[in-house]
Amino acid sequence: MFDLSFTARTVLLGATLLGIVGGALGSFALLRRQSLLGDALAHAALPGVCLGFYLTGSKNPLPLFLGALIAGIVGALCILVIVRNSRLKQDTAIGIVLSVFFGAGIVLLTHIQKLPLGNQSGLDKFLFGQAATLLPRDVMIMAILGGVVLLLVLVFFKELRVLTFDPEFGASLGFPMRGLEVFLTVLLVTVVVVGLQTVGVVLIVATLITPAAAARQWTDRLGIMVLLAAAIGGFSGATGALISAGWARLPTGPVIVLVASAILLVSLLFAPQRGMLWASLRERALAARIRRENLLKDLYRWGENAGGTWSEPVTTALVMGFRGHTRQQLTRVARRLDRKGLLSWTDDGITLRQEGLEQAERIVRRHRLWELFLTRRLELAEDHVHRDAEEMEHALTEETEARLDALLGYPTVDPHGRPIPRSISGSDPQRGVA
Amino acid sequence: MTKDGVSEDPRGGDGTVAGGLPDSAKPAIEVHDLTVAYRTQPVLWDIDLSLPEGKLIAIVGPNGAGKSTLLRSILGLVKPVTGWVEVFGAPYRQRRSWVGYVPQRESVDWDFPTSALDVVTMGLYGSLGWLRRPGRKEREIAVSCLDKVGIADLAGRQISQLSGGQQQRVFLARALAQDARLYLMDEPFAGVDATTERAILALLQELRSTGRTVVAVHHDLQTVREYFDHVVLLNMRLVADGPVATTFTNENLQRTYGGRLTVLTQAAEALLGGENPEISNPNV
Repeated sequence: MFDLSFTARTVLLGATLLGIVGGALGSFALLRRQSLLGDALAHAALPGVCLGFYLTGSKNPLPLFLGALIAGIVGALCILVIVRNSRLKQDTAIGIVLSVFFGAGIVLLTHIQKLPLGNQSGLDKFLFGQAATLLPRDVMIMAILGGVVLLLVLVFFKELRVLTFDPEFGASLGFPMRGLEVFLTVLLVTVVVVGLQTVGVVLIVATLITPAAAARQWTDRLGIMVLLAAAIGGFSGATGALISAGWARLPTGPVIVLVASAILLVSLLFAPQRGMLWASLRERALAARIRRENLLKDLYRWGENAGGTWSEPVTTALVMGFRGHTRQQLTRVARRLDRKGLLSWTDDGITLRQEGLEQAERIVRRHRLWELFLTRRLELAEDHVHRDAEEMEHALTEETEARLDALLGYPTVDPHGRPIPRSISGSDPQRGVA
Repeated sequence: MTKDGVSEDPRGGDGTVAGGLPDSAKPAIEVHDLTVAYRTQPVLWDIDLSLPEGKLIAIVGPNGAGKSTLLRSILGLVKPVTGWVEVFGAPYRQRRSWVGYVPQRESVDWDFPTSALDVVTMGLYGSLGWLRRPGRKEREIAVSCLDKVGIADLAGRQISQLSGGQQQRVFLARALAQDARLYLMDEPFAGVDATTERAILALLQELRSTGRTVVAVHHDLQTVREYFDHVVLLNMRLVADGPVATTFTNENLQRTYGGRLTVLTQAAEALLGGENPEISNPNV
């Protein structure tokens, strides 16, 4: 379907593969709060690549991969040893190993560049990645390593789950948690090595963490998270490869990372439950409902004080005075209630309609029942209960209200001697307010 | 060899044989000469302890007394400097399937993407062993364990959506799924609501009635007499252990908690309240 060159197809395959494996493994790293471990492992792999080249004198991928794998594992072991035998914490150990290994890698790399070999150019592609240099044999090795990693994750999913969630409990069951930890770390190093040539040591951590963080936003199940992270990773890899193939001068690795980051951004904002947008919308909706309920309640109180009649309109200026609203603020609240038929707003002022009156009653009833509960049952002073009731009147559910009413013996007056309204809608089971 | 404050072997006084389970002549847990240190800081000193089977046993002591460490040593999770622990007459490694564990609730990340049912199913991982995956049978067992702690309806709930008490029940259900003979619990009553506290107590009593042994780290001195049969008083060293009636005394508590006044007051109340178990029941 796409008119891709052979090279572009190789890159597409490699990038997709890397994304899938990175996403799947990254989920475990993320949940174990070891996001930066992947970064350290990647940086630690660099001297391994250089030594692999140094010892064999060829850019054959196998020795380079092997060198990276061994160096990465040595780096991981260094972190473990430092954490276990010193008082340094893991983040410090990660920082130390990352910089020491990376520094050594750069020194070696510079040294190799100066050797009179002639074939060492391009070794620095491991720094930032250069997907265009991927050859079919590279992708073949990536596929084999990636396939093995995925297979192992599948086979040991149960053990990895307990390692990630509750390693101590897993140990009490007899699973060798240390061994599993090393196992997972080796898998992580493998993924890093798989991605070195495509994305480079500096950005590889993004292929592990970003798809996993995005996937976490959408699901509450580990299995689904791993699959979703693999899908997001694969999609980012493929899209990134296609984009950079389309605009020939864009580097593949960074584009892949940007695509994945865009998906993460969308997930952070829009995912249901965990998304920031929904959280803020829910908050705003709640605040708006509270404002509407307060207006109904204020109108009710006004009528109550006016002798229990609600048929006369209350002038707009007066209503604005209830809570010091500007006309604009009042409009925002009242317009909606008007449209819902809970009140009518004319030039003469605002009048509660029947349904609005019923809802207002319910709010006032909850307020006064709660005040009564606080004074009678919790023995708080009468002048200390109003603020609390101001909040509970919006929060009490129908069921709780009924239980409260029964508990208090269906009272008729609140602690301040005002009636608890139940005349109009006392037994009305209608739910939902404003 | 008796160390300071170690009471007599409790088996001598109480020869009850737990119903139906074999090997009851052996103590549930035998701790010999146990010393544990984190780096150079000793946490447990020279503990000699023998805990009877079929009892509800509280481990009590001030903060930093090594209560959790004692549990973790029994489970082989920490390497002792000296000494050994046996569970039903053999090293823990050989008795794993007989032991269920309830860690402290704060020890895990409750925002982890998993359901209550998944967590309970982990209790079956040990019997499944490597490679085998939980299937329908394991699912049914897990649901029935959730049912025993009264929250079967929350099986599919993400664990961060559970209240503290419900989370504690999930951990207990996971231990029940292990179908163990001995349960080690790290503060099962910590931070739970009154309803959950009663439910957990009922569960412990049911476990005892089927011959199971429960060893629990417990913080609330007021309820020790009411909830437990046997008590281990610990403050780095073993202060005393034995039946609650004879061991949970003012003198032993003083020796456990030293000069900490507030705690002593609490202890005094606990002793006074011993005859009157309603004292700490916030129910009604």
